[in-house]
Amino acid sequence: MSDSHIVGATPSSTIPWLERWFPSSASAGGQPPLPIVTCVCCALLVVAAIFGTWLAPYPKEAVSLGDSLLPPAWQAGGTMRHLLGTDQLGRDMLSRLIAGARISLATAAAATLVSGMFGVLVGLVAGYVGGILESVAMRVVDAFLALPFILLALALVATLGTGFGNIIMVMVIANWARYARLVRSEVLTVKQRDFVTLARIAGVRPLTIMLRHVLPNVLNSVVVLAILDVGRAIILESSLSFLGVGIQPPDVSWGLMLADGRTFMGFAWWLTTLPGLMIVFAVLSFNSLGRWLHVRFDPRGQL
Amino acid sequence: MLLEVRNLSVAFGSVMRPVQAVSGVDLEIAAGEIVGIAGESGSGKTTLCAALIRALPKAARVSGEIRFDGRSMHALSPRELRELRGREIAMILQNPMTSLDPLFTIGNQLGEVLATRCDVPARHLRDREVELLRSVHMTAPEERLRQYPHELSGGMRQRVLIAMASATAPKLLLADEPTTALDATIQEEILVLFREIRDRRGTAIAIVTHDLGVIRRICDRIVIMYAGRIVEEGSVASVFAAPRHPYTRALLASIPVLDGDRVHVQSIAGQVPNLADLGDFCPFADRCPIAVDQCRAQAPPEAAFGDRQRVFCWRAEGIS
Repeated sequence: MSDSHIVGATPSSTIPWLERWFPSSASAGGQPPLPIVTCVCCALLVVAAIFGTWLAPYPKEAVSLGDSLLPPAWQAGGTMRHLLGTDQLGRDMLSRLIAGARISLATAAAATLVSGMFGVLVGLVAGYVGGILESVAMRVVDAFLALPFILLALALVATLGTGFGNIIMVMVIANWARYARLVRSEVLTVKQRDFVTLARIAGVRPLTIMLRHVLPNVLNSVVVLAILDVGRAIILESSLSFLGVGIQPPDVSWGLMLADGRTFMGFAWWLTTLPGLMIVFAVLSFNSLGRWLHVRFDPRGQL
Repeated sequence: MLLEVRNLSVAFGSVMRPVQAVSGVDLEIAAGEIVGIAGESGSGKTTLCAALIRALPKAARVSGEIRFDGRSMHALSPRELRELRGREIAMILQNPMTSLDPLFTIGNQLGEVLATRCDVPARHLRDREVELLRSVHMTAPEERLRQYPHELSGGMRQRVLIAMASATAPKLLLADEPTTALDATIQEEILVLFREIRDRRGTAIAIVTHDLGVIRRICDRIVIMYAGRIVEEGSVASVFAAPRHPYTRALLASIPVLDGDRVHVQSIAGQVPNLADLGDFCPFADRCPIAVDQCRAQAPPEAAFGDRQRVFCWRAEGIS
């Protein structure tokens, strides 16, 4: 494996130190170095999401009207008790941003996991069985890829109501088709390989072949797509929450904070800027990690 | 007779203008016999092989009869077919580089075969794996078990595949171009391995190849195919000594001969006929140097010679 990646020299346009921190998909030669900054950022987000309740200085819903709209600590009028300031109800911004990480990441992870599993199932069966089943499944996939997401989400939430489960369902509807299409195309190539032919000739059951030989050989690309999709899912969840059809108060989400802060944008910049930065930070981190995985594990670049 | 094929035909494509990949093949393979099936690309060797184990794509139209060990292959239920393919008939493909799953170790893949096909209990698995690799003369078998396919050379992988194929002590082993992807020196070792398996287990082996040298070295009998038909068959000794069909003669003449420091290669003029436009006459007539009008008008009859040699040629009597 290690000797087969010498495709060409690293393009001279890439900057080595930048590449190490934020790798681009263009680095062709050799294995891309582990992006330390990216990994640390992702780890920070995950830690905040899991242990946020213990890390945050205040409970996210602790209202203190006397301290409302305090600016961040480094600005005039700020206080060290609220490092990133407070919102219109005097709730600590830092604590709410940390709480938002939990919701955003949990939603993104759950949606990615469920859409990944469903998409892999459809793609695997369609690609392996073929025939009419494949044609029908792939036309359904095409149809889902053609749906305008925001409109669909609004319509679904209007009929089903909001709630964690429904938000995830909406996101799965938006995302599963991409997995199905990727997996089906990968299965078509793996299916032609000799070890699958031999297994079939040796009388191994189709289900066993699918699970034991075909599935493991396509999982590589699925994992890469899933990590890239986490960033996408964070944006989707934020958009939904911003539009008021996603996470509902008293739960906190970055998109929701963004929406709430709009009224005060003129004189309390931190209410909108900080959650916005968090979204950018999280999406960048996961996209960068996905890029690296992509170059490292799927060098042929089929995604 | 272990395998009996009667009047086997395989056609693809439309009913109106079928591509006749195999037509009217009669073939017998006895237990413990090594048979070489030779012919150039597109002569139907591989299709014939796939038809023998009912592994053709659904679009193929098959007629004729195949009996394996006294049972008709077409009468088998899917379950019986699976059992037969897994235990009594094994197959080896041309490219050892892609015949192993790259994600599992050699031990893992051998173990799967042993556990599911030979009912080896888990506690004996490792011993049997090592034993199997020894039987194909693999160096350092314990170490190989922990390795992944990409860590092995082509010859070693082909050994692993032969080990897997012979694990169940099959009655018939089908090898489709088993040595084509290997170096000449490795080829020889693999061929020796085939003969050992036959001698040890009484396995009949059918080797499909375009390399007559391979057939001469290890086969008992040779079957020459052209355009989906058998044109000549017989013991290796008699066919190589006295080829009767002009195609066989041309094939033998096309083996490069080293004469001093010059290499002579005799090529066969013309091309393999289009399998969709075969008439009811000798398919080799257009390229045959001794064809007469009759060859282009009627299908040649079977002519038998000593030592079970069969030739399909109008002029077989005249050649020797």
